[in-house]
Amino acid sequence: MAASSTTIQRIKIGGISTARRVSIGVIEILIGVFIYIAFARTVAADTLTKFVMTPGGMNVGKMADWIVPSQLTLYILIGLSVLIGIGQLVKGYGKATNGLMGIAFLCFIFAFLTWQASGKSLNLAGMLSSSVLLAVPITLGAFTGILCERAGVVNIAIEGMMLMAAMIGALMGSVTGSLWWGLLFGVMSAVLLAALHAVLSIKYKIDQIISGTVINIFSTGMTAFISQKFMQVYQQLNNPGTFPRLPIPGLSEIPLLGPILFNANMYVYLMFALLIIIQVALFATRWGLRMRSVGEHPKAADTLGIDVIKTRYMAVLLGGVVAGIAGTFFTLGSVGRFDEGMTAGKGFIGLAAMIFGNYSPIGALGAGFLFGFADSLGSKLSLLGSVIPSSLMSTAPYLITMIVLAGFVGKGHVPAADGKAYEKEG
Amino acid sequence: MKKNNKEKQDIGKVLIQELTGGDPQNRKKRSFWKVIEIPALAILTGLIFGAIMIASTSLTVYAAFSEGFFKGLGQAFKEIGTAYWALFAGSIGDPSAWVAALKSGDPVAIRTAFNPFLESLVRATPYIFAGLACALGFRAGLFNIGVEGQLFMGALAATFVGYSLHGLPAYIHMPLAFLAGALGGAIWGSIPGILKVTTGGNEVINCIMMNYIAYRITTWLLTGPMTRPGTGGMPLSPLVEKSAEIPQFFQSPIRFHLGFFMALAVAFLVWWLLFKTTWGFDLRTVGINTRAAKYAGMSIAKTTILGMAASGALAGMAGANEILAINHTMAIGLSSGYGFDSIALALLGNSHPLGVVFAALLFGVLKNGATKMMVVSAIPIDIVTIIQALIIMFIAAPAIIRSIYRLRKPKDETVTTVKLSSWGGGK
Repeated sequence: MAASSTTIQRIKIGGISTARRVSIGVIEILIGVFIYIAFARTVAADTLTKFVMTPGGMNVGKMADWIVPSQLTLYILIGLSVLIGIGQLVKGYGKATNGLMGIAFLCFIFAFLTWQASGKSLNLAGMLSSSVLLAVPITLGAFTGILCERAGVVNIAIEGMMLMAAMIGALMGSVTGSLWWGLLFGVMSAVLLAALHAVLSIKYKIDQIISGTVINIFSTGMTAFISQKFMQVYQQLNNPGTFPRLPIPGLSEIPLLGPILFNANMYVYLMFALLIIIQVALFATRWGLRMRSVGEHPKAADTLGIDVIKTRYMAVLLGGVVAGIAGTFFTLGSVGRFDEGMTAGKGFIGLAAMIFGNYSPIGALGAGFLFGFADSLGSKLSLLGSVIPSSLMSTAPYLITMIVLAGFVGKGHVPAADGKAYEKEG
Repeated sequence: MKKNNKEKQDIGKVLIQELTGGDPQNRKKRSFWKVIEIPALAILTGLIFGAIMIASTSLTVYAAFSEGFFKGLGQAFKEIGTAYWALFAGSIGDPSAWVAALKSGDPVAIRTAFNPFLESLVRATPYIFAGLACALGFRAGLFNIGVEGQLFMGALAATFVGYSLHGLPAYIHMPLAFLAGALGGAIWGSIPGILKVTTGGNEVINCIMMNYIAYRITTWLLTGPMTRPGTGGMPLSPLVEKSAEIPQFFQSPIRFHLGFFMALAVAFLVWWLLFKTTWGFDLRTVGINTRAAKYAGMSIAKTTILGMAASGALAGMAGANEILAINHTMAIGLSSGYGFDSIALALLGNSHPLGVVFAALLFGVLKNGATKMMVVSAIPIDIVTIIQALIIMFIAAPAIIRSIYRLRKPKDETVTTVKLSSWGGGK
């Protein structure tokens, strides 16, 4: 694929082909048209939409509710997305294309919310706050994918690793009575599975997708087995509790942002810490350069004296650590209980976030937030009594994933040796 | 007549050769044992690991160990024995019950004694369809992990045709509903194929996403448009008409039905399509070497889309079969993980229809027996899932099996590792 995009000559502006530029521009304008037809026309002129800007149950960092005239807001959003579309059609935005596409998409979402909540009130801050929490496992899953695939190992076992870590985290957290021990054991279980993936795909060279599938099936069976055999029988084994909120002094008092970002539990901070660590390690250190070279051209890396096999093992094991943290979030960071199949495809969505974010941690975080938002949208709308049934609304994250994969938002650079086992010659 | 006979023999020979990965002219005959060596040892090793799981999660075994090592060991073997005996008796049958029933000469008693085995065949039927779906995908170089979703869509379509049409004779209604199921699965399955061809989106993630979407659509349909009136919001569809049901041969509780033979017929059809038609040749060539296929003038796009559609159709048949023969109504808990199981089946059966049929029989036996095992010794049925994961692992990496059993590596190893594309669909 990498070869075909370089050999086929296309007129490109800032790496974006003309066809894509035009089609994205048209879509952005269509978003505006759609908002007009579906939402703006059906709202009476004098209705108001009330957005509550403080998440429920928060005492610090309060912000006044935001009451807007529904129709005017919709017209502003229409104008904005049409303007973006025209700009895109006329000259294109080069590298900022995805970002502006995202803004147009946000216009659409915001218009939808304004329309849906016209004459009612909607807790926007609460929705954002839950989006952040929902984004945590997806983003961390994407980080796992980045670590593995930058070194050339496809990892679709993230789902299985997360599920296992969630179960072990809950079990060991309950047994030891300590959340931290639960976290540690959860991470260790994911690392063990990562080691299995590494051995199968690096040493035995079996297809990395099959190897990942084996781990996913194994985890599904194992977690269900342990859960039914012990955790459902002895309820006290499935009651680890959750990590408490840790408000950061000062920052948590900022209106809107404070309650959402700085009064969350440990996992949210950990996500940001990992973002910085992985971003710096991958792109600003020698270690990261070596790892990426193994993912791009293992033979060249080998010639230069980099141990390809060792680098790949390390990458997959580190990925296991991150996946383990993500997995324990489900039990120790969120509900405080393990349920069968509770990861519900978040690992796979994490992979989509990785692809969407163009294999970079920052991009993955952005994609993670988008998916998290789509997720919380589904649950919020069912409370609002939306015309769209909640079971259909909840397909949104999966549909977005497919749209992302279809390259609708542009295909990034896939590590060239991704998914290929390395065979040392001689 | 004589010619006909010879042809039959040839087909048998070809079947064996294809199953062994051999080429009629160039390859030496390989013994039967060599063919089944790795699968058989993989199953055995999987069962041994399952036994270790059973013993190591049993509290009574630990209690016995505290009284003494040999006592603990004895208890462990006793529990493994009880569990696996329950599995055997529940899936094949209890030989002493057979003898007793045969001696009594009562046809009802005989049927009941052999019911565990018939029930295993019933359990194997959806596995045959689902395994064929995945195997066909593998042959085309496609990893159809979306069998689960296609199965749901097939079941929905079959259910809809089954309950919404009235007054049709059974010989029209039943096949119509069954084919509707195949069509539902084919449409759902072809979407990832079309996406792969047009956008290069990897079919694995798309299939997984479509599984979740199918599941949610099912939830919505069963609580909304397709719900059974008067159930108060229970997620159930109306019952299918009597004329749409796949007939069962005996009276309840024996559920053995025509669907099993339909599955065998479909397996034969898939074999014929894959190995006796140009289309099948194209499909296999694309699966083995896309570039060569392209140079030979084969249409990769057409093969990919048709391959996914055919694979989806088979998955849809699995769903339709379950609805029309067994459940007669659509519910959310239709599938017990057929999607993942189908991968194991295809790998175990070497992506060959005959191999898949045998693998499906094995899985039918395992699943049926595990249900009984759960009743007798309270071991969760998910033990079978764990064993399946191990079996796939051992078959995909025969080197592990060889190093466990100290086997030599065959010189002419025809590794049937499935070749799949990386993200982005590029080759």
